[in-house]
Amino acid sequence: MSKILVIGQQAEGKLNSGIAKVVNAAKAIGGEIHVVVFAADGSAAAAQAAAIDGVTKVIQIDRAENDHGLAVIVEPQIVALAKTGYSHVFAAGTTFGKDLLPRVAAKLGVQQVSDIMAVHGATSFDRPIYAGNAILTVEAPAEPCVVATIRLASFQAAGDAAAAAPIEKQTLDVTLPTHTRFVKLEAQKSERPELQSANRVVSGGRALASSENFSIIYSLADKLKAGVGASRAAVDSGYVPNDMQVGQTGKIIAPELYFAIGISGAIQHLAGIKDARTIVAINKDPEAPIFEVADYGLVGDLFTLVPELESKV
Amino acid sequence: MKALVSVKRVIDYNVRIQVKPDGSGVVTDGVKHSVNPFDEIAMEEAVRLKEKGKVTEIIAVTVGGAKCEETLRTALAFGADRAVHVKVDEEIQSLTAAQALAAVFKKEGTEIFFLGKQAIDDDAAQTGQMVAALLDLPQATFASKVEIDGGKATVTREVDAGLETLEIDLPAIITTDLRLNEPRYLKLPDIMKAKKKPIEVVSLADLGVTAAAALKRVKVATPPKRSKGVMVKTVDELVTALKGKGLI
Repeated sequence: MSKILVIGQQAEGKLNSGIAKVVNAAKAIGGEIHVVVFAADGSAAAAQAAAIDGVTKVIQIDRAENDHGLAVIVEPQIVALAKTGYSHVFAAGTTFGKDLLPRVAAKLGVQQVSDIMAVHGATSFDRPIYAGNAILTVEAPAEPCVVATIRLASFQAAGDAAAAAPIEKQTLDVTLPTHTRFVKLEAQKSERPELQSANRVVSGGRALASSENFSIIYSLADKLKAGVGASRAAVDSGYVPNDMQVGQTGKIIAPELYFAIGISGAIQHLAGIKDARTIVAINKDPEAPIFEVADYGLVGDLFTLVPELESKV
Repeated sequence: MKALVSVKRVIDYNVRIQVKPDGSGVVTDGVKHSVNPFDEIAMEEAVRLKEKGKVTEIIAVTVGGAKCEETLRTALAFGADRAVHVKVDEEIQSLTAAQALAAVFKKEGTEIFFLGKQAIDDDAAQTGQMVAALLDLPQATFASKVEIDGGKATVTREVDAGLETLEIDLPAIITTDLRLNEPRYLKLPDIMKAKKKPIEVVSLADLGVTAAAALKRVKVATPPKRSKGVMVKTVDELVTALKGKGLI
């Protein structure tokens, strides 16, 4: 029977919202599902993990060095745990998971399956390649262990458990390196819904033409209680910070409703929104490729259409 | 300080991918290939460090078949001093590539290794981290700013929450993100000069590497296509449609 170790990514006492989706991917395989939380004090995040349906145990590993979740610090601890009989190690396909998990795979001597988008069985998975323009089905060797990241946009979150899973505090006897030091995190503080879990997202592109003009995007988003994203071109031009980039190399999202405003629709951007339920595109160029995938397209000047839209929703 | 940069030959990012009807892969014959764009950024960063006097020699490396020589020539035109071609004709997966790259890193006595954060063909984003793990070295992935001072590097990384800065001891592995730099355009004299620069060809066996067990590629399929929707003429029409579907 499978025994799956899910890396319980957390920050400041909050379990990442993607973990419930990773648990759902694990449920598709079945067996025992353990979530492990690494933190200086992981009590709050561990309790959140224990409340996810399908989780059979939470392992809490408190250690001062775990504070910033550095890959080089967490990896040796996961490797030590994984060797205690786990058949799978899963992490979310976040920058944290992408940074960390290949180290684990290399130490365990296995190839990693990146960005699982469908689970066919304990060792059979689909994953996107070529910016999602092709889907590869792989069969991973079962031994010694399957190591994989989960593409969050492809899975719904597991629900709440009827009864919380047990939480077990553990201490691992692992020597940690000191060659990597956390300096700082410049995070955008925002009251808006988080891009990767928002039901609605409004994104702006190069056509916004300046950082100031992006205010019409924020304004529409606030009216819709939506998260805000951007194309690579808008980020490269410095209109908005990097953490708003949606696409192949930015965030992959799957909102119910997505507005692409002044975004032409390069394949790299489309790779990030393929799983959006409904796409609305507003662009002045009727030939823009975004209209090929949009459910609703509106051609015209975004600077008049967007404020009008805001006033009518 | 020696810098190692790995470059991968991939289908050019502008090419529209065609899945083969038999599901065995994507069409590569007669399709334009180029250097993985993230690896060009890695190459550019090493060249800039050499121009600043922080790096004394740049070695480009690739793992792959005979056609990868042109990828190495591009790296040499960028400014690599010499190149290592780990020649492998069969398909290579990340861990095997990482084992080969780690072996070259050790053999060359390099202190810094730049790789693209992912290759745009398999989008796996694994190799740099695997090299770092195999060598037990620090890593700074998704770099958007790199500063080298003494035996340390200060690296700003693009992460989901924003920008994270790490200080790492050298030797170290750095994977490069889009906004680290803008790679230069290659000039004809540099391309000509690159033809005369040395490329050492080695095999996995020369490096003492045995290929790791591979993921079996069962099939490659075309994803379901989103159907083209409707064009609306006015904001009112759009609002009515969205309200009708209960979306707003």
